[in-house]
Amino acid sequence: METGIICHRPQNYPLYIRSVPTENELKFHYTVHTSLDVVDEKISAMGKAMVDQRELYLGLLYPTEDYKVYGYVTNSKVKFVMVVDSSNTALRDNEIRSMFRKLHNSYTDIMCNPFYNPGDRIHSRAFDNMVNSMMMQVC
Amino acid sequence: MEGLTLSEAEQRYYCDLFSYCDTESTKKVASNGRVLELFRAAQLPNDVVMQIMELCGATRLGYFGRSQFYIALKLVAVAQSGLPLRVESLNTVKDLPLPRFVVSKNEQESRHTALYSSDADNPASYSGVIPPPPGRVQVKKGSVSHDAVQQRTSSDQQESTSPVVSPQQSPPTSPHSWRKHNRHPSGGNNERPLAGPGPFWAPFSEAQPGSSTSSDPIWSGHSPPPHQENWVSFADTPPTSALLAMHPASVQDQTTVRTVASATTTNEIRRQSSSYDDPWKITDEQRQYYVNQFKTIQPDLNGFIPGSAAKEFFTKSKLPILELSHIWELSDFDKDGALTLDEFCAAFHLVVARKNGYDLPEKLPESLMPKLIDLEDSTEVGEQTGEVGYSGSPAEAPPSKSPSMPSLNQTWPELNQSSEQWETFSERSSSSQTLTQFDSNIAPADPDTAIVHPVPIRMTPSKIHMQEMELKRTGSDHTNPTSPLLVKPPDLPEENKMSSSVKYTSGNTVTDGYSSSDSYTSDPEQIGSAVTRQRSHSGTSPDNTAPPPPPPRPHPSHSRSSSLDMNRSFSVTPGQQQAGVVAYPPAVPPRPQPSQGAGPHVHRPVDADGLISHTSTSPQQIPEQPNFADFSQFEAFAASGVNKEEDDEIETHSEALQVEKPSDSASSLRVAKADGRVEEKVPANVPTSAGKGTTPLAPPPKPIRRRLKSEDELRPEAEEHTQKTGVIAAVLASQPSIPRSIGKDKKAIQASIRRNKETNTVLARLNSELQQQLKDVLEERISLEVQLEQLRPFSHL
Repeated sequence: METGIICHRPQNYPLYIRSVPTENELKFHYTVHTSLDVVDEKISAMGKAMVDQRELYLGLLYPTEDYKVYGYVTNSKVKFVMVVDSSNTALRDNEIRSMFRKLHNSYTDIMCNPFYNPGDRIHSRAFDNMVNSMMMQVC
Repeated sequence: MEGLTLSEAEQRYYCDLFSYCDTESTKKVASNGRVLELFRAAQLPNDVVMQIMELCGATRLGYFGRSQFYIALKLVAVAQSGLPLRVESLNTVKDLPLPRFVVSKNEQESRHTALYSSDADNPASYSGVIPPPPGRVQVKKGSVSHDAVQQRTSSDQQESTSPVVSPQQSPPTSPHSWRKHNRHPSGGNNERPLAGPGPFWAPFSEAQPGSSTSSDPIWSGHSPPPHQENWVSFADTPPTSALLAMHPASVQDQTTVRTVASATTTNEIRRQSSSYDDPWKITDEQRQYYVNQFKTIQPDLNGFIPGSAAKEFFTKSKLPILELSHIWELSDFDKDGALTLDEFCAAFHLVVARKNGYDLPEKLPESLMPKLIDLEDSTEVGEQTGEVGYSGSPAEAPPSKSPSMPSLNQTWPELNQSSEQWETFSERSSSSQTLTQFDSNIAPADPDTAIVHPVPIRMTPSKIHMQEMELKRTGSDHTNPTSPLLVKPPDLPEENKMSSSVKYTSGNTVTDGYSSSDSYTSDPEQIGSAVTRQRSHSGTSPDNTAPPPPPPRPHPSHSRSSSLDMNRSFSVTPGQQQAGVVAYPPAVPPRPQPSQGAGPHVHRPVDADGLISHTSTSPQQIPEQPNFADFSQFEAFAASGVNKEEDDEIETHSEALQVEKPSDSASSLRVAKADGRVEEKVPANVPTSAGKGTTPLAPPPKPIRRRLKSEDELRPEAEEHTQKTGVIAAVLASQPSIPRSIGKDKKAIQASIRRNKETNTVLARLNSELQQQLKDVLEERISLEVQLEQLRPFSHL
């Protein structure tokens, strides 16, 4: 139901936040921020292993009573965090993976834009559209 | 009115025009209405028009019948051709061009005219090219001034008439393009495909300046007006029946007259271009300009423009980065961060549109989509047809146009001039941002990932090597001590050779060093120091205390006598003694006998004389001394029960004594004299021996003294002393007595024999002692070597 997607820079400030029901955006913001610790923990746990596609997807970071948090980190240490309502049991891990993959692809497309400065908030309409479509698909 | 003979073309043309004008189908055309428009479109002065009308008899009739109409048209042609309006000219003038009513039928063969006409008809049939039709529709009123409202209404009409819903953005585009095209001829610019309509353009340009200038201010606010004017002119052309059918409402409103032919061709062309008709279509000129700009960045038209260069280029347009970013997203079709020619043109087009105030589309318009390679041919054709339509212009025409529009329009002809605002994107880059080099965000290549720079971790081999080197050095140093040890013996002999006086002492010191080295570690320094010490010892005072027994003589091959002689020769203190010693040694054996007699003489001269006696006495003393020594030794041995060691000692002693004749003699003398006195003061003994070899005597006496000590320990010193003294005295006594009597000679000989024997024993003892010392030294050396070996592995750690 509620889904929040945030991209984080290595310095852990959000680049993009979107949640379907926008009223809880702040809550999701907080949730994602707290989950960053888990993400960092998982990243550091990998050690110096080569980061491949599989390791980019961090999986379920931690479940709470209301929602589940999934994480994904790119090669450039940009973290994608997705908060999914626990009631949404239809979401499988593969779906989450595909969603993250799409997010990653869209993010790389944004990166290809020379007018985009890494670190800026993402205002790309294409990205918005993609995210919206994805979230609509989930909800 | 004369009969009018019209050519077939004229016939057709006139018929069409009449049909156009004959809105009511009454076969009579009113003087006003379309006819007027038509005549006005003829671009003839009004008086001429009036004259024509009068000539054709319309004034008489009050309306234009068909014939009158035809005549009028013919007269219009005549007037346009510059011929005087004469009725007679109607038929006389041959090859009169058809009357040109803005849209000349003659030029309609050109696509552009058709385009224009098609544009005029656009609103009716196509939704794409909005501006011309709406403009036309609005212009139909015949008023030069137009407003956007009319445009809107026209657009509405267009919508109503045309099945295709046109993005309302087109209107500005076509006026846009119109402007451009108009300017072209005026600017005398590039050769366009509109070469055909060149002459057609001329009237346009003539009409335009006035209209355009007047409409420029209007343009600032509205884009359509000029187009409307243009379209007005187009609209003057009589529409074809098809056109009429297509947009009856608009046509009715429109005053444009279109020639049938033009309309048909226009329709045809329009139909072709309808599929490509797009407000976003890039016109030919525009595309050419884009291509030129592309070349400035990337000479290879098939190549890519990197994102950074494109960013720089488009930043000069002073558009907000956000919009540029969006434009990029739209135009970079393959999302590769680089722009192909098509992508670049699309991006450029979007930038132009945005600069003109048109909003950017959410999705890339089809016309701007970069054509794939396999579709290039068809797209080119489409583009051409599209270009024919001159509909390429940003969509969305907000009512208010940015002030940049007129300037932009004006700058259109001057495509390659830097003064243009939008085209050449002022050199001042708005953002002046450094190119985003994806330095930290390159997904595949990130330094934070596992691309770990191998940190060479050295095991400090150099250190180890250093240690090894040190060890080696220490090993060498370790060897050094051995080498010095080894060298010592040769050194010692060398040293001995070097300085006779120093010889023994050095030997003694060496032996001291050897003895002391036992306590020493295998530290080379210590050994070295010991060596040095020893050397220093040797170098300092030959009269050292307790000089060790001399090291093995460097000339072991020497026989006793010879060695003794040699020793005597070398060990004797510098001076006559040495000479004497040298001279004496070989004569030792026979000498004892005569020496017995000469002994006292020797002594006497020694006592009496000085140096001379030394030399003489030395040889004499030598036998005496050994005699004394032997004597004492014999006695000592006899008294104590000579042991093997003692024998050996005696032998060594004797040998040593023989080897070190002078010193031994002195020592033996001393020994004989002070048998019990185990005085290590060899120098003290030496002087007693009448200044014999000092230090050199020290080493030999030492073992002797040691042995003597032991002997003393065994036996009472007094006895030995007395015995020795007695012996000495006897010897001394016997020696002088030798030359006295032959019988005494026998005694002397016997005494000498005894003395020799004693000497032998002493020497033997000395020899044994020396050998013992040698053994000790060797053992020490072995121990040192072992220690070195033991230390070596440690050093290798």
